[in-house]
Amino acid sequence: MTSALNPKLGGVLDMKPYNNRAWFMVLPVFLIVAFSAVLPLMTVVNYSVQDTFGNNEFFWNGIGWFKELLDPNSELGGRFIDAMGRNFIFSFLILAIEIPLGIAVALSMPRQGIGVSISLVLLALPLLIPWNVVGTIWQVFGRSDIGLMGWALTEIGVDYNYVSGVIAAWITIIMMDVWHWTSLVVLLCYAGLRAIPDAYYQAARIDGASRWAIFRAIQLPKMNRVLIIAVLLRFMDSFMIYTEPFVVTGGGPGNATTFISIDLVKIALGQFDLGKAAALSLVYNLIILTVCWVFYTIMTHFENAERRAQT
Amino acid sequence: MKSSRIVLFTYTLFLMLPIYWLVNMSLKTNVEITGPLTLYPQQPTLQNYVKIFTDSSWYMGYVNAVLYVLINTFISVVLALPAAYAFSRYRFVGDKHLFFWLLSNRMAPAAVFALPFFNLYQAVGLFDTVWAVALAHCLFNVPLAVWILEGFISGVPREIDETASIDGYSFPHFFGRIFIPLIANGIGVAAFFCFMFSWVELLLARTLTATNAKPISAIMTRTVSAAGMDWGLLAAAGVLTIIPGAVVIWFVRNYIAKGFALGRV
Repeated sequence: MTSALNPKLGGVLDMKPYNNRAWFMVLPVFLIVAFSAVLPLMTVVNYSVQDTFGNNEFFWNGIGWFKELLDPNSELGGRFIDAMGRNFIFSFLILAIEIPLGIAVALSMPRQGIGVSISLVLLALPLLIPWNVVGTIWQVFGRSDIGLMGWALTEIGVDYNYVSGVIAAWITIIMMDVWHWTSLVVLLCYAGLRAIPDAYYQAARIDGASRWAIFRAIQLPKMNRVLIIAVLLRFMDSFMIYTEPFVVTGGGPGNATTFISIDLVKIALGQFDLGKAAALSLVYNLIILTVCWVFYTIMTHFENAERRAQT
Repeated sequence: MKSSRIVLFTYTLFLMLPIYWLVNMSLKTNVEITGPLTLYPQQPTLQNYVKIFTDSSWYMGYVNAVLYVLINTFISVVLALPAAYAFSRYRFVGDKHLFFWLLSNRMAPAAVFALPFFNLYQAVGLFDTVWAVALAHCLFNVPLAVWILEGFISGVPREIDETASIDGYSFPHFFGRIFIPLIANGIGVAAFFCFMFSWVELLLARTLTATNAKPISAIMTRTVSAAGMDWGLLAAAGVLTIIPGAVVIWFVRNYIAKGFALGRV
């Protein structure tokens, strides 16, 4: 299946030998990831069905936490559903801005010369900055007393304060994410665009195709594959975002930018409310897993179809 | 062509301005920062950087971060190499499910694992050591390395393996002497991405350390003192965390997309 994901090797797929001894090579990875993923998740499952009043005394609570979590009228459920709503709105806005913007910038990248290397390095720079430094950069940048953006906006008369204004807080966080991650979409699209042979463009020129026609008929189809990956990665990472908004707004004003991760850490490590946190973790993880599986299936189908088209 | 230059220029400017502002602030004194806004340092000073390099509670943060990042990168790449080879070359029981399971761990939210990791590493006595963070980051870096390396390995024709085995090379000899040099680029890219994702992560690193192994990113969150916020110092610490990435990025610039796409481009 793995080389099924690689269209270049489509032809040799059938010759891939079946050999269970390959498990020995996978075993170390399996063990370390199981130690890091399965073991902790078992603790989480264990906590999720219990309640505690502290002192390490636990009581069986069955599916009580899950019932509460999924009931919008309870305190915990209300919080969870609000936070999830904010997460979905955030991810949706992020994708709606970053994908088109990323495509636009990728199309405007130079095709050869030193400019390529310089643009690649400059564009990739925000991706390599520690996430809390990204938060710090925007926290400073948006302040009206010491930050360039906040100061400039205040000077031209915009009432902008991300600490007290809900809209301003959202705009700051979305701008920050666009700043931080759009380059990922650009890099992926650019890699897709580079795979287009020059002959395609020459043919289009002879046909007198418009810029838009070239985009629709040649460039977009070639970017399909990378765009799926871009949407997957951006959705996943924006859905589990924690550090950046935590540094900038701390989830405020009020709860306006409290995403699931922020709430979860608050419940788990702030209040040590283990049962609630564990139930929330499981539901949260399940959502991620489902979305991940959907994308994975689409990705695999897509690449198999492409492989069939090539042979 | 002219309009595309404008798009690229505007976007790059948008990316660089906040970074410039951070660098700008790191070279100012706190008096100048909190005074009237200046677009460049009027009295440039290096005192913020001097403070970081002379105070061990600051520079040890960098040492800790570099230590766990290097340990993690090493573990991830060494373990991922044979696994990626197996995924690329063989079919075996549960291969597809295992591959998906690995991906799902790359996507799992760190917030879910913060509390159980805290318990786990306290129970095994590794809490507040660089090992705890290095091992915890394996959760997403090992799968990442497997996916990236699998992409690169699948680009090497299988005939090479077969020829080597016909020529009488033993498997370890073939793997170490012939195969590893062939995918040297892939190993470099995988190492770079493990380095990077371990470097940028804060939540787990902060949760698993208390005093001895605290990384710089966690120390940075505490620049508030009685005299108020030390903005210059915060900015200088931030600038220093950007530098490692900015230096190595040049070497992997042509493979960045492939790495981010988990080897799938």
